[in-house]
Amino acid sequence: MRDVIIIGSGPAGYTAGIYTARAGLKPLLIASSVEAGGELMKTTEVENFPGFPEGLQGPELMANFQEQAERFGTEILMDDVVEVDLAGDVKIVKTGGGETFEAKTVILATGAAYRELGLPREKELSGHGVSWCATCDGFFFREKNIAVVGGGDSAMEEALFLTRFASKVYLIHRRDTFKASKIMQERALANPKIEVIWNSEIAELKGATNLEGVTLRNTVDGSSSELALDGLFIAVGNDPRVWLVENQVQLTPERFIQVEGRSSKTSLPGVFACGDVIDPTYRQAITAAGSGCVAALDAEHYLANH
Amino acid sequence: MAKDVTTASFQADVLSNTKPVLVDFWAEWCGPCRMVSPILDQIAEEYADKIEVVKVNVDDEPALAQQYGITGIPALQVFKGGAVVKSMVGAKPKQILVHDLAEFLQ
Repeated sequence: MRDVIIIGSGPAGYTAGIYTARAGLKPLLIASSVEAGGELMKTTEVENFPGFPEGLQGPELMANFQEQAERFGTEILMDDVVEVDLAGDVKIVKTGGGETFEAKTVILATGAAYRELGLPREKELSGHGVSWCATCDGFFFREKNIAVVGGGDSAMEEALFLTRFASKVYLIHRRDTFKASKIMQERALANPKIEVIWNSEIAELKGATNLEGVTLRNTVDGSSSELALDGLFIAVGNDPRVWLVENQVQLTPERFIQVEGRSSKTSLPGVFACGDVIDPTYRQAITAAGSGCVAALDAEHYLANH
Repeated sequence: MAKDVTTASFQADVLSNTKPVLVDFWAEWCGPCRMVSPILDQIAEEYADKIEVVKVNVDDEPALAQQYGITGIPALQVFKGGAVVKSMVGAKPKQILVHDLAEFLQ
């Protein structure tokens, strides 16, 4: 039986790996088969992670995290956890590849998954003009008209990145102010290719096989208008990834994993949670990393007393 | 390893192939493409008698990407008898890909 299994490979998971490995706990980190590295794998320049004054690319930062975790003996498995049984003293973790692992403690660092608009045809048109990843798909929209929907930092970043390719980028937001950081807002508003459409939400996606446009609904007066588009990038936030554990550990009313105070302790002894899956508020790479450290120290403490 | 195909070899390698061909449209700068690539190599090896797996680099072959309406990658398209019979977008775990491709792997 293992001391620690970490589920997730973003800043929280890898930091928990670095700390538990340095504590001699030989952690197994199950990273996912296709989403290893987490959200930062989809970003470009990361300018706000302390210690890198010139900034660096998101995937490069995650490669550094992984290398540092492996340096101290974290075992990394590129597979998906499909089932867990966390209630007993022996925690059971099963993977998509058909392996079963046992551990005394489990650290949940499963992060958050992008949110959909919830519109009919959204799935059908995904990959056919509708996208959640500007860095993956922006390339295909050279000299095209596209829009980003959202009002946070991710929406600003996507819109700015897309101006490299597109001839026009509309930024559609349902309110009359953005919640993005000041520096990102200023950059977006100053960019001549970006036009903000305030107080508007998307009511309908149009197009037969590829997206051709959207119907906008004004959130103030309820009026409708049409906007022709070749591409739509959705950046309306993330939902914590809790399906694996939702019937086993206590969740908050907003469906984050509930932890005790400033700790990472969940409602089950020996089960700890960190990163975006517990954080409705801050959701930064650095806060996730800090939270991963907390979980590692809590797990270490638990193991010393059990 | 999945073979690289180009505009020049597309007819022979894909359209005229007697087996179903899974074409992976990808690029160097696409993180999810890099994640799914080794999984496709495994599928190519395990189901070598059922399906052929090839790769199209969209940076090198923009005309092919445009011809097949690619606007997001990784895009996985199955060709049979010269026509696209299945189209998928995004990196998915091996079990799910094998499940989604089941009709071509039996």
